Amino acid sequence: MTEEIIIAGFGGQGVLSMGKIIAYSGLMQDMEVSWMPSYGPEMRGGTANVTVIISSERISSPILRRFDTAIILNQQSLDKFENSVKPGGILIYDGNGITRHPVRKDITIYRIDAAEEASRMKSQKTFNMIVLGGYLKIKPLISIENVVKGLKKSLPERHHKLIPENEAALKRGMEIIRRLN
Amino acid sequence: MKGNEAIAEAAIRAGADAYFGYPITPQSEILEYLMAANPHERTGMVVLQAESEVAAINMVYGGAGCGKKVMTSSSSPGISLKQEGISYIAGAQLPCLIVNVVRGGPGLGTIQPAQSDYFQAVKGGGHGDYHLIVLAPASVQEMADFVELAFDLAFKYRNPAMILSDGAIGQMMEKVYLKPQKQRSTEVPAWATTGKTKERERNIITSLDLDPYAQEQHLLRLQEKYREIERNEVRFEEIMVDDAEFLLVAYGTSARVCQKTLQLARAEGIKAGLLRPITLYPFPYERIRSLASHMKIIVSVEMSMGQMVEDVKLAVNGQVPVYHFGRMGGVITEPEEVLEYLKTKI
Repeated sequence: MTEEIIIAGFGGQGVLSMGKIIAYSGLMQDMEVSWMPSYGPEMRGGTANVTVIISSERISSPILRRFDTAIILNQQSLDKFENSVKPGGILIYDGNGITRHPVRKDITIYRIDAAEEASRMKSQKTFNMIVLGGYLKIKPLISIENVVKGLKKSLPERHHKLIPENEAALKRGMEIIRRLN
Repeated sequence: MKGNEAIAEAAIRAGADAYFGYPITPQSEILEYLMAANPHERTGMVVLQAESEVAAINMVYGGAGCGKKVMTSSSSPGISLKQEGISYIAGAQLPCLIVNVVRGGPGLGTIQPAQSDYFQAVKGGGHGDYHLIVLAPASVQEMADFVELAFDLAFKYRNPAMILSDGAIGQMMEKVYLKPQKQRSTEVPAWATTGKTKERERNIITSLDLDPYAQEQHLLRLQEKYREIERNEVRFEEIMVDDAEFLLVAYGTSARVCQKTLQLARAEGIKAGLLRPITLYPFPYERIRSLASHMKIIVSVEMSMGQMVEDVKLAVNGQVPVYHFGRMGGVITEPEEVLEYLKTKI
């Protein structure tokens, strides 16, 4: 089993940390993982993206052109990565601020209005966890239990009190994700 | 763990005595991690942010002269600044570890990954006839493992060792197994300048000899040492070479990219294999020479305009065509691109 994921959006949306949580969760399940961030001009304002691979085998290239899953959080990233999804792969996007929606017919497209939901839940910072919950609904490669363990590992201790709120966000994400095609 | 963090933690665990550095992207996490880890309390290791790269390498020179296990790290433009010190350390035959997490050049270039410092690392870099022992990690695990290996080789041969990595491996996170903590060594090498005692002659650490005949003898001894390193320390990994007709040669990040290329190629029935040099100096000339006899073509894949390809050509010595392929300027080569290139040549 190998899952190759691209997560892309604005800096500050929690793109890199969502990738980190997936990687740590994979680690908790004794899988091979790689997390390759964009650290360049993107990180200094603008778009951010990260390639995460989790696999039961040794991981070859951490740099990829095609992905099994794209998790897209803004218009620029949608424009850039829609065509990078492998045929038969999946694309998950947040509808907030999207004017040109994905059009491909050979992939499965899911929409999750996580930004809207996070603001409804008055918990904007758990936005990325809502998205992650949606993703795990579609691809239950890692258990919520291991995600919580991954969270504990990637969050500084002073933030551990926020874990229940994040867990609630994950579960909400699982409920609100919907398939478009 | 990030590759940069793995280097830092491995240095503490290898029992390093000191780190001297100056921040530069994409390797600042090494210094940051060491500062936060405060190894002085754990092992007594000194971590110091110098006022410049030049200061840092000369602190390394001083620490190494005292027989200590010392290191520095930087990225391409910073490594250029360190070259004078590196040449002096090589001339004075001192062990130390220099980490280069390469970014694109020339000049300030870019902060993105590249492999364009190959020539600088393996052919000298500073002035004079010398070599560094150069290790090229291709994973976060090797970032950690090569720290101790580099120190061991550096002390075995009294020669500076370099870990030649790049921004991709420095910044990426992977699973890593760390070795248990080693105590810092209390042994003092016989050549170290730690204060003359009555029992022995003065130890002199210098790279200068004004008598040309004496200097020539010194250089011949260096050359002897390099030949010994070339005999003993060549390291490489081979993947799917046994039945291969097309050989890729790549190190570091490019070697990882090429592993994916192999999978894609094999799925299309193209028999490609990979030789990954682990030591860039000493370079696996002999192995590439013997593999070349049963290959149709060889492609050196590097994130540069083609540097290692010159060593591959020297190894192959005209037996079969040798090509270079790679992106540069901070663009990372994609596995598919390598395959597309390979197809144009077969």
